[in-house]
Amino acid sequence: MKVLEVQSVSKSYSNHKALDNVSLSVAEGQIFGLLGPNGAGKTSLIRIINQITMPDQGEIIFNGSKLNGNHIRHIGYLPEERGLYKKMKVGEQALYLAQLKGLSESEAKKALREWFQKFEITQWWDKKVEELSKGMAQKVQFITTVLHKPKLLIFDEPFSGFDPINANIIKDEILQLKEQGTSIIFSTHRMESVEQLCDHIALIHQSKKILDGPIDEVKEKYKEQIYKVNFSSTNLDFLNSLPEHLKLISKNSHKAEIQIQNESPASDLIRFLLDQSDIKAFEEKIPTVNEIFIRTVQEN
Amino acid sequence: MNKIILIIKREYLSRVRKKSFIVMTLLGPILMAGLMMTPLLMDTSDSEAREIWVCDESDMFQTQFEDINDTHFEFIDLDIEGAKEVFNESETFALVHIPKVDSASIDALESSVRVYAHKPMSFSNQRLISKNIENVVESIKLKEEGLTREVLDRTRADVELNTIILGESGTEKSGSTEIAMGLSMAGGFLIYIFIFLYGAMVMRGVMEEKTSRIVEIIISSVKPFQLMMGKIIGVAMVGFTQFALWIILTFVISTVATTILVEPTDLSVSELAQGTELISQELQNESGLTMVLNQLDQMNISFILMMFLFYFIGGYLMYGSLFAAVGAAVDSETDTQQFMMPITIPLIFSFIALQTILENPDSALAFWCSIIPFTSPIVMMGRLPFDPPIWEIGLSMVLLIIGFIFTSWIAGRIYRVGILMHGQKVSYKILWKWIKQS
Repeated sequence: MKVLEVQSVSKSYSNHKALDNVSLSVAEGQIFGLLGPNGAGKTSLIRIINQITMPDQGEIIFNGSKLNGNHIRHIGYLPEERGLYKKMKVGEQALYLAQLKGLSESEAKKALREWFQKFEITQWWDKKVEELSKGMAQKVQFITTVLHKPKLLIFDEPFSGFDPINANIIKDEILQLKEQGTSIIFSTHRMESVEQLCDHIALIHQSKKILDGPIDEVKEKYKEQIYKVNFSSTNLDFLNSLPEHLKLISKNSHKAEIQIQNESPASDLIRFLLDQSDIKAFEEKIPTVNEIFIRTVQEN
Repeated sequence: MNKIILIIKREYLSRVRKKSFIVMTLLGPILMAGLMMTPLLMDTSDSEAREIWVCDESDMFQTQFEDINDTHFEFIDLDIEGAKEVFNESETFALVHIPKVDSASIDALESSVRVYAHKPMSFSNQRLISKNIENVVESIKLKEEGLTREVLDRTRADVELNTIILGESGTEKSGSTEIAMGLSMAGGFLIYIFIFLYGAMVMRGVMEEKTSRIVEIIISSVKPFQLMMGKIIGVAMVGFTQFALWIILTFVISTVATTILVEPTDLSVSELAQGTELISQELQNESGLTMVLNQLDQMNISFILMMFLFYFIGGYLMYGSLFAAVGAAVDSETDTQQFMMPITIPLIFSFIALQTILENPDSALAFWCSIIPFTSPIVMMGRLPFDPPIWEIGLSMVLLIIGFIFTSWIAGRIYRVGILMHGQKVSYKILWKWIKQS
């Protein structure tokens, strides 16, 4: 079941095109990594999904119907550029933001108490935001984003400003929300967190989508038939005279990376290597999201 | 709709609870009352008993000088050189030297009288002395012409005009120029101050949201236009609260202060009684207060008040959205200057125009300024007591509403783009692009 479908969306600003015919869809309970270099158009797309701006062309379908004002209540958004009213008290402010999302005062209060207890920050309720550290304020923002139990959550760089411990707490919360069936769009430059969290990624570059798919499939597609081999001896001179279809990528002491450049199976490579030396480990090299990111962006 | 009320509530409460609001609300009336009381206080401090020496070489003035207030004129029997020496060592306030003259050369006194003092003299003290000398010289001249002061006083007249405006159907209506002018000035001035004070507050509020980066969170829940209007209305209510409190507190403080400061020292019971007698006499004569009340009555106070409220709110709403747009366009207060110009100029212009228009409420300038929405809130207030044609009032009101819709539309478009723009140097050209952007 698709929660969100972006259908051929284009958006231009006076001096440049921010989105060019971008389509993607987010399934229920999926963590969707929206990747792309700075200025690629991610924020433009996120703002369109949040109805902050309107697309020039294309449509957004939310939960089966065209995106409209009633959907605001079912979307939670944590922007990259985020802040709170500095002079306002934490509790009052969280209550205000929750009510703006459409919760009643009593619903909001109840939910807030639970979250504040969960994060052990009940004592902050009457503090002014300016008294909080950056990380503390980020926690409050996270709570106000997820408080109204949205069907779709959009996190733009959610971990910036958090220390590793708190980043972990937030990561666990995100995974729990996914368990509960929430769909999450996750935009970040931190590829290791994409690796850990995302089920599906899409890459936007220069306002076009250039990559889209489940993370495992994408990795499979970007495999280059490179195999990492650990040898027991350090005498690897035989690697300098490999047959035609094999290419030595790198070599140091007793390790080497070898690429198969034709359709022959990996077992042929193993057989060939065993004839020359003893092998302690043999493993296919899977590309990281980071590598895929850099490669696709450079290719385009 | 519910959300806009939430926004208004937050904007209102967060400001009204601020310390600076409470301080300003309390301090404002104290300053105002202080301003009103200062002349009174100055008066009492200035009226201490004083002595001025007079060295009159022709002995013509001695009998005719009057002690004014608490200033006593002491004639000394020394020549001027001796008088100066003694004066130098005394603490006497001043020494007046009237050189020798006779009736024939008395005009020479107009420029030859000298006053010696230890420190510079105030204008009012100089008046005190010159008036005394003038009186004596006048009396001498009158006598030469065979007149006495009593005769002269009897010939004086004091005419107060009572203009009556003759309506086409023969109705008569007294046109009470002074009160009307006072009222219009006050109304126009209030609107002017209100727009500036609270317009700037809207602008700062928008900038606060922009720089603290909370705005993107909020506009993912409400429309930018709702946020803008909620803020403008919320701040207006802050303004009403503050104005109301100022008026009440000013009244209370000045009443209390007057009672405490003035009554026990300056007004004895008998004087007070005299005062009330005077007032009641005036009332009986149907002059003074009653006349003022009558005139107010004839100007249709409730109509003017309603118009005031309309132009007050209309003017504020029109300018308020422009202030919000400026706040959204800039990153810091220092960048606001260039965009404030087109807002402040029509406001200041209409305030200046108001004063000339009061001289001539039916001029072309008055007409156009009271029709064009940018100046009409202030200027039409000034024209109202002079009964402008009803169609002009109607047209001005309709145009103000259209103007308000127009400026909020423009401002809304600048606002929704501007609040999400950071680190961009904004020019008028860029603002125009934002307005055009869909």
